[in-house]
Amino acid sequence: MKILTGNDLKSGAVIWWDGENWSLHVDAAADVGIHGEEILAREEALRRVNVPYIIDGEATADGVRPAHIKDRVRALGPTVRPDLTIKPLNAQALDWII
Amino acid sequence: MYSYDQYDQQMVDARVAEFRDQAHRRLEGKLTEDQFKPLRLMNGLYLQLHAYMLRVAIPYGTLNSRQMTALGDIADKYDRGYGHFTTRQNLQYNWIKLEDAADILADLAKVEMHAIQTSGNCIRNISSDHFAGAAADELVDPRPYAELLRQWSSFHPEFTYLPRKFKIAVIAAEKDRAAMRLHDIGIQIIEKDGEQGGEIGARFYVGGGMGRTPMIAPMIRDFVPLDQLITYSEACLRVYNRYGRRDNKYKARIKILVHELGAEEYTRQVEQEFAHMLDQGVEPPREELERIKPFFDDPAFEDGAKHVDRSDPDFALWVDRNTHRHKHDSYVSAVISLKPVGGIPGDATGEQIRIMARLAKQYSFDELRIMHTQNVVLPHVKIEDLHALWTALDAADLGAPNMDSIEDMIACPGLDYCALANARSIPLAQRISEKFDASGKTEKLGELKLKISGCINACGHHHAGHIGILGVDRKGVENYQLSLGGSEAEDTSLAKITGPGFTEDGVIEAVEKVTDVYLDAREDGERFLDTYRRIGMAPFKEALYD
Repeated sequence: MKILTGNDLKSGAVIWWDGENWSLHVDAAADVGIHGEEILAREEALRRVNVPYIIDGEATADGVRPAHIKDRVRALGPTVRPDLTIKPLNAQALDWII
Repeated sequence: MYSYDQYDQQMVDARVAEFRDQAHRRLEGKLTEDQFKPLRLMNGLYLQLHAYMLRVAIPYGTLNSRQMTALGDIADKYDRGYGHFTTRQNLQYNWIKLEDAADILADLAKVEMHAIQTSGNCIRNISSDHFAGAAADELVDPRPYAELLRQWSSFHPEFTYLPRKFKIAVIAAEKDRAAMRLHDIGIQIIEKDGEQGGEIGARFYVGGGMGRTPMIAPMIRDFVPLDQLITYSEACLRVYNRYGRRDNKYKARIKILVHELGAEEYTRQVEQEFAHMLDQGVEPPREELERIKPFFDDPAFEDGAKHVDRSDPDFALWVDRNTHRHKHDSYVSAVISLKPVGGIPGDATGEQIRIMARLAKQYSFDELRIMHTQNVVLPHVKIEDLHALWTALDAADLGAPNMDSIEDMIACPGLDYCALANARSIPLAQRISEKFDASGKTEKLGELKLKISGCINACGHHHAGHIGILGVDRKGVENYQLSLGGSEAEDTSLAKITGPGFTEDGVIEAVEKVTDVYLDAREDGERFLDTYRRIGMAPFKEALYD
């Protein structure tokens, strides 16, 4: 699957395109198929997101997983500071990153 | 230490106002990211993996307790309660919001700080010896010269758009504690013709650097009179600005120009430019240097105890490891380790930053230094105050006795934070420090400089590590190259790769193996680096790959 990601303009937070809006949660990422470039152009014009780009992802039983390690790290937060990830209370949340 | 005059303050305040307007226009959608990016970078604001990152300049690594306190307060007010001290003697915040960035710059400006020229293709923060002004072995305090260079290079219109970023280090001792020859320009303040009373001037090394093409800077001028220091620096920059490879980012650093032209031809061109510039009025009046110097006068040292009570072994170990000889025999420079066992190298919480500020005020004439090894120095501590200082540091988890040991490693932020990284650095640092601490080998190994970078840009100085680790991306999986034999000290050398790379677990095991080879082979008084240089790579490779 193809998914879209970028950073929120104001906060810089990592965000994922859910089909209608931007979400903080990678599991909400929508498969944009062949429409990625079109959505990116539109969203960049609206200036809600910084440097958005298209990546490969995979829909698993546990949720959407970016194909590349860098985007998996982006999806949750620094592996060395679980308390600063978007799931600070879930000790297993980082298990699928590496 | 240096204090802003009205011009410094006006410049910084004006830049804050300018950036506030730029950020506002970006947030309102009046600027595109392509338009805004060069503007934010000129103010040290990057976009990293998880958020904006702000890099704050700490000129030549020197700051006072008021400034340090402000850094701690910013960490708590705008970031997530911590800051990261870097190998450029700077501080980075990892979780900055664009809408807060101008307010942070305004808070910095109130304490005579900024983030200008901490990014972009300009002359970056001048770095120096972290023991400057305190070390027993220095000729003079190099910081007045670093400050003169800072003033010259700040907003220099000719050098705002260089082919690539440009880093200058200034030292004034034979012992190099600033990786001088791995800078674009390394300046060593020296004395001509013998000891004491000779003329003071500058020796220039040009064209060093790490990154994807590491090079050791050759010396191009043995002696530049101090009243020509800026003119000669400008000549070096001018030749680079004219002929540096703007067509290829990866060949744009001055080291490539010096290498391709040859040091002799580059020097000839610099000398020609220098001769042309000598009567152009480039050099600031000598009075400016004389105005700057008193800011760096010695504090009022007092005679006191020359030795510590060593009855507490933990304290004695810390004194042995983490203090450095001072020019006054009743004082030492104390190194505050930001490398607790299993910790993140260079990170300090807002509260720890404020504690260091308070201790600087109480015990070190209100001064602190940031080391390029990601630690903090209290430069002037009375020997009789050391136990009280250590007790306070230990209580704040800042008392690790590990300076220059394998646990005192440099590690860049790596893939946990950095958009350029290919692999994580910090987990390696954590696991190695835990492993060696648990085994008790750290003490046996003595001085061993381990440096870890998460990508070829080498922010973790892996080329200069006695043991260096470089993280690479192998088909989407982290992999680590091991290298041996680097040094960023006065015996500068570049580490050589041992062979095929390792997994994360594998490289930790590999570090253990090479230290075992060293322990088996070392002769009396040899550091890891000395043994490596004597026996060569072969025994290490044999242990790693056979």
